[in-house]
Amino acid sequence: MALKITKENYDSVIATDKPVLLDFFATWCGPCKMMSPIIDKIASEHDEYVVGKIDVDEEPELAKAFGVMSIPTLVVMKNGEVAKQNVGAIPEDQVLSMLENA
Amino acid sequence: MTDKIYDIAIIGGGPAGYSAALYAARAGYDTVVIEKMMGAGGQMTLTGDIDNYPGFDEGVDGFTLGMKMQAGAHKFGAETKCATVTGVELGGKIKKIKTAMGDLRAKAVIIATGANPRTLDIEGEQQLVGRGVHYCAHCDGRFYKGKTVVVVGGGNSAVGDALYLSKLCEKVILVHRRDKLRATKLYHGQIESCENIEVMWNCAVDSFCVDTRVNGVILKNLVDGSLFDVDCDGVFVSIGRKPVTEFLGSALETDSYGYIVADETTKTNVDGVFAAGDVRTKELRQVVTAAADGAVAVHYAEKYIEALEH
Repeated sequence: MALKITKENYDSVIATDKPVLLDFFATWCGPCKMMSPIIDKIASEHDEYVVGKIDVDEEPELAKAFGVMSIPTLVVMKNGEVAKQNVGAIPEDQVLSMLENA
Repeated sequence: MTDKIYDIAIIGGGPAGYSAALYAARAGYDTVVIEKMMGAGGQMTLTGDIDNYPGFDEGVDGFTLGMKMQAGAHKFGAETKCATVTGVELGGKIKKIKTAMGDLRAKAVIIATGANPRTLDIEGEQQLVGRGVHYCAHCDGRFYKGKTVVVVGGGNSAVGDALYLSKLCEKVILVHRRDKLRATKLYHGQIESCENIEVMWNCAVDSFCVDTRVNGVILKNLVDGSLFDVDCDGVFVSIGRKPVTEFLGSALETDSYGYIVADETTKTNVDGVFAAGDVRTKELRQVVTAAADGAVAVHYAEKYIEALEH
């Protein structure tokens, strides 16, 4: 399962050498629900990545900090910087390619 | 992916695909659905409550309906493979479907890949997706609480989006190319009586005004050609759909918009290949007509497989 990210644990989660995948979602958003099992699958199958989910309703400050105005939004961070950002639900292979090319 | 030869392979896991899978699996055929996302439902997941699919008097959200359709097909033994289809070989008696995860083979194929939102094709549009340009009012509308948004389009989806957004936003400006709505009559009165919806008739979006994100649009009056600015915080594009048929190459006959040419039998120009749901040339694209297509496609796929084996 992906980590639940809040503004309290955010700093410690992104403090890593590994690429970090963040999934900005809401519980009422259909395409986010399509995305969710793919994010969990990547979290369980790829320990070379850190994978987290951010509920935009619970964490509006984090959503705002990333300029998220559309969900789902996927962000790949490397060394604390945003390396890739994608709006909309995409298949697993495209998420993995975001991580590989970050 | 597997050496197995399925009876019926279905590409796409929306209402057409899973209705076909239900009918095929329930009739005892070895059935597989190939869906690029792990969830089911296709375009239905972009809407909130679906209140025109029979049997759900209290409404149902698109994602839940999609997952129920998938569960119904799985109950009778249909399988789902999560993969993106990259190409097809449909000519022979054994059809081949190529995916990034390997190939699948089947006697009959039902294409039910549906459609994606059509884009405006204006310069900069792609870079502004999620920064003021949106294709899913239900997903992204809540980011515009108390703000002003433009909705582009005049069909049922556009008008439905405008009405939905009018409940959240300070103001909604509906921009439509023509002088009357294409949407069903039910909506006309609702739009007229909604105080915070303004309709810009005979107008199209010419370009976006951008600082770090969209802060307005330049509209073109299609009658006199004049251009004028409209301030807004976001633009919701709802100008129809684009069928998902690129992966087919030239394997099947399509019309000038890319829809697979097939009549109410769902038969395409290639034997043993059927097109169901929004991807097919048809008048009415609804969840209920997509589901109906799935059943019809299986009916003719059964006949085709029977003839093949006798």
